[in-house]
Amino acid sequence: MFILASVRMTVARAMTECLKAEGITDVFGYPGAAICPFYDELYKSDIRHILVRHEVNAGHSASGYARITGKPAVCVATSGPGALNLITAIATAYMDSVPMVIITGQVDSEQIGRDVFQEADITGSAEPFVKHSYLLKKPEDTAEVFKRAFYIAGTGRRGPVLIDVPFDIQQAEIDFEYPETVDIRSYRPSTKGNGYQIKRAINALKEAKKPLICAGGGLFTGNGVDLMREFAEKTDTPVVSTMMGLGAMPSDSPLYYGMIGMHGKKSANIAVNTCDTLFLLGARVGDRAMSAMENRKDFTVVHIDIDPAEIGKNIEANVPIVGDITLVLEQLLEQVDSFEQPLSHTEWRNELDKNRVETEPSPEENGYVNPKWFIQTLDKYLPEHSVIVADVGQNQIWTAANISLKDGRFLTSGGMGTMGYSVPAAIGAKTADPTAEVVAVCGDGSFQMEMNEIATAIQHDINIKIIVIRNRFLGMVREVQEKKYDGHLIAVSLDGSPDFCKIAEAYGVDHMLADSEQSAVEGIQKLLKSEKPFLLEVAVPEHEKTIL
Amino acid sequence: MKHTISVLVENHAGVLARVAGLFARRGFNIDSLAVGVTDDENVSRITIVADGSKYTLEQIEKQLNKLIDVIKVKTLSPDSMVSRELILIKVNCTPKQRPEIISICELSHGKISDICANSITIEISDSAQNLNNFEELLRPYGIKEVVRTGTIALQKGEQAVSVKSI
Repeated sequence: MFILASVRMTVARAMTECLKAEGITDVFGYPGAAICPFYDELYKSDIRHILVRHEVNAGHSASGYARITGKPAVCVATSGPGALNLITAIATAYMDSVPMVIITGQVDSEQIGRDVFQEADITGSAEPFVKHSYLLKKPEDTAEVFKRAFYIAGTGRRGPVLIDVPFDIQQAEIDFEYPETVDIRSYRPSTKGNGYQIKRAINALKEAKKPLICAGGGLFTGNGVDLMREFAEKTDTPVVSTMMGLGAMPSDSPLYYGMIGMHGKKSANIAVNTCDTLFLLGARVGDRAMSAMENRKDFTVVHIDIDPAEIGKNIEANVPIVGDITLVLEQLLEQVDSFEQPLSHTEWRNELDKNRVETEPSPEENGYVNPKWFIQTLDKYLPEHSVIVADVGQNQIWTAANISLKDGRFLTSGGMGTMGYSVPAAIGAKTADPTAEVVAVCGDGSFQMEMNEIATAIQHDINIKIIVIRNRFLGMVREVQEKKYDGHLIAVSLDGSPDFCKIAEAYGVDHMLADSEQSAVEGIQKLLKSEKPFLLEVAVPEHEKTIL
Repeated sequence: MKHTISVLVENHAGVLARVAGLFARRGFNIDSLAVGVTDDENVSRITIVADGSKYTLEQIEKQLNKLIDVIKVKTLSPDSMVSRELILIKVNCTPKQRPEIISICELSHGKISDICANSITIEISDSAQNLNNFEELLRPYGIKEVVRTGTIALQKGEQAVSVKSI
């Protein structure tokens, strides 16, 4: 343990001690005047600092990191613009329940409120997007504030917690001792599910002729993936997933029917529309997922979530269970194990199997690669231990729909839909797990929001792979304009974009252009073989639709 | 529908902003809001009167509970609460009108808090509805200024919404 018995030190030093005590080995950040005392202590510590090229990406990288480790990850920025640039990343993490601790510098406490250079009210501005925040006003509160921040971020429904530390406070001296325990009377994240509701859920399952599990992102944050698989298999219950839940069920499982929602699979959407009992596991069913089952009132919904506010918010729950997904699944499995006869839903599965449509897009046309075929092909070559980070736009849906994820992870900005997420999040994921093959898939729109981060990967030897799916358009918006605005295409052409291979070249990164079946396969092989960052530009037809 | 919600919070700077911000960004309507410290100096009580459906009320309670500084949230039932609001009201009042206004004030259990040549200031604590009625009674004389505290309320009977009862 790193707990030091009351040692005299500056708050800045204490901050690094707090991070060490929390097991933090890497932080993502961007320095500035108001956070310099803390950086001076980082200099003296063993904590690895990864310098991003824009603060927002410090947040996204921390998000990718936290999603892999399951523990709060740390990002740092200076006061004013530095802190404000983090907000989109904070909001992105908040929407997807990613545990994160954000440290920002602040102007001298005496100066707060006077609009001095690089002053911004970051705790106020970030308030709607944080689980909690602190403005450290009393130096002696440092240890307690950090302990609480990590505890709040990493328990219950995970989320970002911000700590704003004024310049003078960082320099103040304190007697530092890191607390071993934390107790917040107003914060008691619920754990076990209510026994009565568990019983009702089991009864609903027994009575169901057509039960269905909808797997959400909470299964990953709550470490419930294996238990969910066991529950589905033991009860012979088909599974669909939300976008955040992709990968919770292996896609080659006969029980799995795909992703639901506006951009989901037909087999999955028919399943949610015909089931008689729906188990929502760690899924808040956002509007894009809900669009699959509008107007459904005739079924039983068992909603399991750690956050009581999600139950009954987007969908009415007949059986509400608030609790930690792991503990609740254990409670359910305990009951399932005592069934006299195992459940079997062969008839229901056969009915659903009829809706499985396997499409085989042709690989290429006129010097372009079909993106759906491309992702399916990438999937065949990917090692099992892979992390795919999809950006936002058509590339996100193409990737989500065509990647199989046997034991890998799929990361994306599901709730907020933040463009420019994939490359920095991939950097974070690869830093957290250097043994995984980490591939960012983005479009030519999103890539131009994040291509500066190639420098971060090179500088810190972070071996990520980047696939730029290039169609010279903001394809998803273009589709909306074609469908709903009489084809009035405005501000969706990406004319003026650079040659992405030359960009890679300029950064000293190996690269290749895929514009045929053969070059795509070759490109995928090269990309996966490379032991350094690699960029594969994939030329896809301009008018390829999002959905098959 | 109006709901009276009693919220115990940690008595920190910024807590009121978090609570008020939550109502604003989630589109919940506040009719009135009153804050003050409780018998425990570390704890404040915010009494909120909000308007909304049963679904809205449920979301308000759940979202308030998610704020880390919120210790306890309780919606008080209209039948089993004591609720009061304080009003200070300044009305035009010629010397001739004084007896009339003073008698209205007495009937309403009000108190004269200030009096001068041509106006009079009255204070009353009562339910919000009774205060509305009282205002209407004085309107014909010409109301110069009104200030109201917003409703505060406690449950009737022995039970208490307190930190101890978490």
